[in-house]
Amino acid sequence: MKRSTTPMSVRVALGFLVVVAILVVLGGLLAPHDPRAQDLNLVGAPPGDGHLLGTDNLGRDVLSRIIAGARPAVVGAALVAVGAVLVGTLLGTLAGFKRGRVDAVISRIVDVGIAVPAVLVAMVVAGVTGGGYAIAVAILIVLFAPYDVRFIRAATLEQRGRGYIEAARTLGRSDRAIIVRHLLPNLRPLVLTYALLDFAYALVALTSLSFLGVGSPPGSSDWGRMLGENLSLLTLNAAATLGPALMLILTATSINLVGDWIQDRFTDDGMARA
Amino acid sequence: MPATSVAAAPPRAPHAALRVALAALRRTAALVALLVAISFGVFALFDAAPGSAVESLIAPGSSPSPEQIAAIERRFNLDEPFLERYVHWLGGALTFDFGESVRTRQPVSTAISERLPVTGLLIAMSAVIALAGGVLLGVIAAVRKGGKLDRALTIFAVAGVSTPAFASGLLLLYAFAVLTAVFPPGGAGEGLGDRLWHLVLPSIALGLSTLGFVMRLTRASMADALGQDYVTFARAKGLSRRTVIGRYALRNALVPVLTATSLILTYVLTSTVLVEVAFGIPGLGDLLVEAVRTRDVPVVQGVTLLMAAAVVAMNALMEVAYVVADPRTRGRGGRS
Repeated sequence: MKRSTTPMSVRVALGFLVVVAILVVLGGLLAPHDPRAQDLNLVGAPPGDGHLLGTDNLGRDVLSRIIAGARPAVVGAALVAVGAVLVGTLLGTLAGFKRGRVDAVISRIVDVGIAVPAVLVAMVVAGVTGGGYAIAVAILIVLFAPYDVRFIRAATLEQRGRGYIEAARTLGRSDRAIIVRHLLPNLRPLVLTYALLDFAYALVALTSLSFLGVGSPPGSSDWGRMLGENLSLLTLNAAATLGPALMLILTATSINLVGDWIQDRFTDDGMARA
Repeated sequence: MPATSVAAAPPRAPHAALRVALAALRRTAALVALLVAISFGVFALFDAAPGSAVESLIAPGSSPSPEQIAAIERRFNLDEPFLERYVHWLGGALTFDFGESVRTRQPVSTAISERLPVTGLLIAMSAVIALAGGVLLGVIAAVRKGGKLDRALTIFAVAGVSTPAFASGLLLLYAFAVLTAVFPPGGAGEGLGDRLWHLVLPSIALGLSTLGFVMRLTRASMADALGQDYVTFARAKGLSRRTVIGRYALRNALVPVLTATSLILTYVLTSTVLVEVAFGIPGLGDLLVEAVRTRDVPVVQGVTLLMAAAVVAMNALMEVAYVVADPRTRGRGGRS
């Protein structure tokens, strides 16, 4: 059953994501103050006095930092989503299409990967090796991919028995041609859904790492790092912690709402079931 | 996340119990192998840390004498090849001997056992909130599927899974400890009553992050169960709505939730770390973060290995529970 109208919640979510996207692209240009300028006479000041959301633990303008923080918070997450989905699509279609030994090997690796707490591993390895953000992003790609492999493998298995694949086989097309030319276009909406889900989880994961102080480098205006650094300001200027917290929650929720909506639509159409 | 569908029932095995035992044994072997692999990775952290292994074993900033360095090398068998050191270390780890903290000189096992109770209590309290709340709201949403209440609950669940536990924790702290001083603003408290009181907000923050997940799972499987013939039949028999939902549909709907418990646990462990830091609770997660920040490798290894063992043990338990709860899987070695 196809829904004729887009639900209100999804429209609000899309609207919010457009705002975030503008912040990511324009970033500092929109900030009323220099997000790095410190005013040590004005530490943890409440809203007012030229600072709409007050100042943080080093006297920096909170609003400007929230605006400038959109980019560092979102870019790494986008990288994780793209990387995990690429790996997931490649291995998932391969396992689902070839079956047999290839499938068995990939599926065992996936089982192990899913049992591992991704954020904890990323925190420990990035923290102990001192590798920081790049290592964290790489580890999250490796540990998020198994979920995508599992879902895309299931979708591939379901598509495999369909007439169009049989037809392509009968015509003597190679496996690779069938996967690339025929299977992938049909999986596209699903792949998009998983990319969005990965994006939301990666956003939460990377800001969690930054909150703990092992993700983005010190001084960065990343939302998670802002939260961690201004933890003690909750009584002085709550906006310094609540602001980035709300941005993070609203962004991740919006991405998930849009992702769910896309998935619902195509599942209802009988496109593919994960 | 969509629940995996279970394939059609296989013909009933003649020695079901034996097959269950065999499957369990095979899975246990796989899990032990996994644990060994994890321990290897954890041990390798030693060499992954920047600088030499000796450097990661001395307190940061101190300059040890050659004799001290030699002592450390002997203590940790650093002159041996990597694999032999690993075997030594693993032998110690099996008896909960992870060495001592580089920073505090306290044995790692003591540090862990001091902090384990708070974390255990926190996880237990949040599990009650997440499971009770998630199942209840999931059933309500499934019964009212498509209605206004269902849509509102679904958005709530999406917000729940999208919100990292430290962010919801901060919002709770602000509302109930800063704006209105109902709860204490952090720490773990002294004595049982005070401790439970201190852990209310943290366990809600921790519980909320998994409640949405449990709710979505319950809603999906409950909606599925409510559409089955046996439910229609039970209704047609004239059984009350309450009986049909509670006794018939819910029992079947809970199987996917049970299966997901190990997935949930890995998520809870991560969130516990975040919540403990946000609320300043001196638990295992706090210990781990502190150790990572100060590169206190023995402590990191001890806590990480303990958490990995907990996840693996939980996975094993759940596979057994799944086979017991769903007769269709017997003799097929768990999930397909």
